[in-house]
Amino acid sequence: MWKDKAMRLLMVSAASTSICLVVLIFFFLARESAPFIVKPGLGALFDTQWIPVSFIKERFGLLPLITGSALVTGLSMLFTIPLSVLGAIYIAEIASPVEREFLKPFIELLASIPSVVLGFFGLMVLAPLIKHFFGLGTGLTALTGAFLLTLMAIPTVITLSEDAINSVPRAYKDASQALGASDLQTIFQVIIPAALPGIIAAIMLGTGRVIGETMAVLMVTGNSALMTWSPLAPVRTMTATIAAEMGEVSFGSIHYHSLFWIGLVLLAVTFILNIIAQRVLVRYGMMK
Amino acid sequence: MLIIKKKIFPWLAVLLLLLQTSCDSRDKASLSGETKDQKMISVKGSDTMVHLTSSWAEQYMAQNPGTQVSVTGGGSGTGIAGLLNGTTDICASSREIQAKEKALAVQKKIDIVEHAVARDGLAIIVNPANPVSELSMEQLRRIFTGEYANWQQLGGPALPIIVLSRESSSGTFVFFQEFVLEKADYSPKARLLAGTSALVQSVAADKGAIAYVGLAFALEAKTSVKMMPVKSAENAPAVLPSDETVRAGSYPVARPLYLYTNGNGSPEVQAFIDFSLSAAGQQIVQETGYVKVR
Repeated sequence: MWKDKAMRLLMVSAASTSICLVVLIFFFLARESAPFIVKPGLGALFDTQWIPVSFIKERFGLLPLITGSALVTGLSMLFTIPLSVLGAIYIAEIASPVEREFLKPFIELLASIPSVVLGFFGLMVLAPLIKHFFGLGTGLTALTGAFLLTLMAIPTVITLSEDAINSVPRAYKDASQALGASDLQTIFQVIIPAALPGIIAAIMLGTGRVIGETMAVLMVTGNSALMTWSPLAPVRTMTATIAAEMGEVSFGSIHYHSLFWIGLVLLAVTFILNIIAQRVLVRYGMMK
Repeated sequence: MLIIKKKIFPWLAVLLLLLQTSCDSRDKASLSGETKDQKMISVKGSDTMVHLTSSWAEQYMAQNPGTQVSVTGGGSGTGIAGLLNGTTDICASSREIQAKEKALAVQKKIDIVEHAVARDGLAIIVNPANPVSELSMEQLRRIFTGEYANWQQLGGPALPIIVLSRESSSGTFVFFQEFVLEKADYSPKARLLAGTSALVQSVAADKGAIAYVGLAFALEAKTSVKMMPVKSAENAPAVLPSDETVRAGSYPVARPLYLYTNGNGSPEVQAFIDFSLSAAGQQIVQETGYVKVR
């Protein structure tokens, strides 16, 4: 009997490790960011400028970083959604088994490219292309970052959307075709609406992946903390700011604490996206 | 995510230690007996100076087999913090120690001693296709604070100026801000790139770009970028950065490089500092692209 109990205890602790870690991370972020509330106060985070190193006045406004992340993520999802959803429909419904066997490994391969390598590709290949295409002075723009992030989000969104489409009961398709609907009508009027919650969840999870990506955007977006909605302007994302400044910031300074606030905001955003995705899945019975 | 980042450093340190000890034991095996009284010196700090300090360390160790010198970068701020926390014997810094840090040193009863060991000139680089032939310090200030937006305002072609800078964590960023921008903020449009080679590459590729890099890097890249002669005042002559002009002080964008120690340090630390200032040490300064002080 004691063996059963010991085994049970071992498994319980293994299963709860990740929960403990998440709680610890939250606790750690909260502890390191808390001193900022006292000095200079939370209002400072709503400044419109991020100037952490200054002889005049250091400013820790998160707004340009949030708009920077939002712009890059938004643009990237604009490309990702049509590409991945159409791709998933093709792979799940139209492609022959041979095509499927050919396409899927390549999509999975894309997911396994390290982001630094993609960033390097962006810097050397994509940035010059964008520079020439739009006649710009330099190719380090929000758009370049968005293209790279699209490459990273596509595998996630395609794979999850394909699962959602595959989980639509066979009977729906048969019934639709029995009523005389064409293949296209069946796909767009029966299967896609039925798989929509799963596709939305896939998009949410892809967005979470894109927001949290660091290395590639650090290398190609130019990192100017501008508040702008122009795709051709340089932007500074939240992740890139933490990565670039954490290494050299003096421990315990206001700048140091402000970086943890960025971390909190990022964590909150990805947390909310994940919760929404799960809710959508549970609500429509696609996940128990 | 963040906790992982923080946790990496101790692990890295452990890894380095393991590497270090494994190297030591190998040395011991090969040099048997002689290394029993192996002395260690650590040098930490400025990324700009890593090349220089590691060249010094190599030659110093060749001359003094009884001493191990370990060199790490991380930035001037990291180095000074290391000296204050007692985790390094010598700090290499590309900027002068700040008043805040001095106050902290007094508090921790650390007697900071400064040694100016070399000089570094920051070269202003532009694309080779840029016809502008000289800039004054005042014009540089206005370019990097964003007051000038087009090369036309400086007698060049109608081309937007693309201001490139190091990341705000770099000692060079702060030096340039203090020295050239007269403590004003950089233009919010300035693109902050992660490293000198990224700057050189962007300037080589983009016609309207302007950036600042260490003289050594600019000299290495002189086929792909153009160094800009700088005037210290409106009516002063424009001076191209070079060893002679940086040492003589006629080139305006130049800075001293320091080694900091706690008091005079152990005899080994003193010997290392003496070596850096010796003829051989200063020869290395020149070979690594900086400018001699002696």
